[in-house]
Amino acid sequence: AGPGAAGVGPGRAGVDAVSAPAQGGGSAVIDMENMDDTSGSSFEDMGEMHQRMKEEEEEEAEGEAGAGEEEDGEFLGMKGLRGQLGRQVADQMWQVGKRQASRAFSLYANIDILRPYFDVEPVQVRARLLESMIPVKMINFPQKIAGELYGPLMLVFTLVAILLHGMKTSDTIIREGTLMGTAIGTCFGYWLGVSSFMYFLAYLCNAQITMVQMLSLLGYGLFGHCITLFVTYNIHFHSLFYIFWLVVGGLSTLRMVAVLVSRTVGHTQRLILCGTLAALHMLFLLYLHFAYHKVVEGILDTLEGPNMPPFQRVARDIPVVSNAVLNTTAKAIALTL
Amino acid sequence: FPGLADVSISQDIPVEGEITVPVGSHSPDEDYSTLDEPVKDTIMRDLKAVGKKFVHVMYPRKSSALLRDWDLWGPLVLCVSLALMLQGGSADSKDDGGPQFAEVFVIIWFGAVVITVNSKLLGGTISFFQSLCVLGYCVLPLTVAMLVCRLVLLAGAGTVSFIIRLIVVGAMFGWSTLASTAFLADSQPPNRKALVVYPIFLFYFVISWMILTFTPQ
Repeated sequence: AGPGAAGVGPGRAGVDAVSAPAQGGGSAVIDMENMDDTSGSSFEDMGEMHQRMKEEEEEEAEGEAGAGEEEDGEFLGMKGLRGQLGRQVADQMWQVGKRQASRAFSLYANIDILRPYFDVEPVQVRARLLESMIPVKMINFPQKIAGELYGPLMLVFTLVAILLHGMKTSDTIIREGTLMGTAIGTCFGYWLGVSSFMYFLAYLCNAQITMVQMLSLLGYGLFGHCITLFVTYNIHFHSLFYIFWLVVGGLSTLRMVAVLVSRTVGHTQRLILCGTLAALHMLFLLYLHFAYHKVVEGILDTLEGPNMPPFQRVARDIPVVSNAVLNTTAKAIALTL
Repeated sequence: FPGLADVSISQDIPVEGEITVPVGSHSPDEDYSTLDEPVKDTIMRDLKAVGKKFVHVMYPRKSSALLRDWDLWGPLVLCVSLALMLQGGSADSKDDGGPQFAEVFVIIWFGAVVITVNSKLLGGTISFFQSLCVLGYCVLPLTVAMLVCRLVLLAGAGTVSFIIRLIVVGAMFGWSTLASTAFLADSQPPNRKALVVYPIFLFYFVISWMILTFTPQ
């Protein structure tokens, strides 16, 4: 019992040093020098456990409140030490893992990358909206394009909302997909797809424009589309639509084209870029109107009689739609005149 | 060591004491106390929190209770009930004319996420989930409008019912937008409030439009 008691003294002090920080909330320091105490013979371990049990009883007899917390950790003997070692290691690994994960997250999922593109004032947005309808005259000097994404994003969402309204009032039946999905897909697809395509063409034609600027330019060009569709989805006159298409659509297209021309050198390149953009922009407006809009069917029925098949619009059959609609338009104009 | 021979410690100076570090205020006992309570208490506490937030939405005052303890139970319940009520509103039974459950669900959550990201990018001080919480709770007036619309449509689907529905949905849409603006716009720099309000307006407009154009089978 003598050597056992003497041997257990420093061992117990070592255990105290390990257990106290563990109770105090996860210190990373493990007192490693006392680990070897437990790797001896089983006699030493038994002696240690026995000694500790006696000392625990003594402490409980004295009624110390502070020893209660130490009991959990230190009473388990050799297993207790390993358990604490295991716990410390697990705790450390958890901390390291958490640090790494949060660092990776803050690096890749950082929305602050986009923050400078949203740094606008409402006055600026309003000014840019109005400017998008005014073609610039000076095409020999590169025009400034603001690389801002708030306005274009809001305009795309507004277009989605207007499109939904138009599709619903015209009872469009979408075969594969949903109304909302089609609207969002169309508008975002146009904005992102045509921007990328124009950026690619601009790269080929050596135009001075960045991707964000292209996105911004095309996005603000959708303002004309929004106005046109908002008006003509509610007032169903095709002549009105054609006027709006030419005037409003034409103005916003002219502005985009002028800005692009000012940033390109060379006649062929200018022609390619501007022709493509003008064609795509105007045709998109035409598509949006005819694919998702109600034809004035009442006139069709009264003029053609009952032998005309009921007209069912599917978003994909554009030639059929445009033929029938052109016929109807002609008749409508003839009727009103 | 001759100098140490006469070192003596007098008996009345205490050389013993506590070495343990006093435990901080956040003791682990606090966390365990809510684990042992009966389930009824937990549910009632959560329900009371949700109910209190509903009251805050219906009478929007400038209190921060909605923002401080955010939870997503209320938005989930509202979103699911709205999506369920909007089902079955197609004119054509074999195709999807009306919004499906998944569509409404996705619109509400995707829209809320977009508005939150937008307000954060514009320099907002509110956190992601707090904003989601506010936007979700402010769908409550529109859910009430949906209920009223369904009841009105039970009576018939004529012009009068359309006008009633239009008025009700319009009023609730305004209420939703005002309520969420009251909570969210404060977290923005003062000159950019309009930039944050517009997407919220659009979001609730789309939901109101879905409610208004709902026609049952």
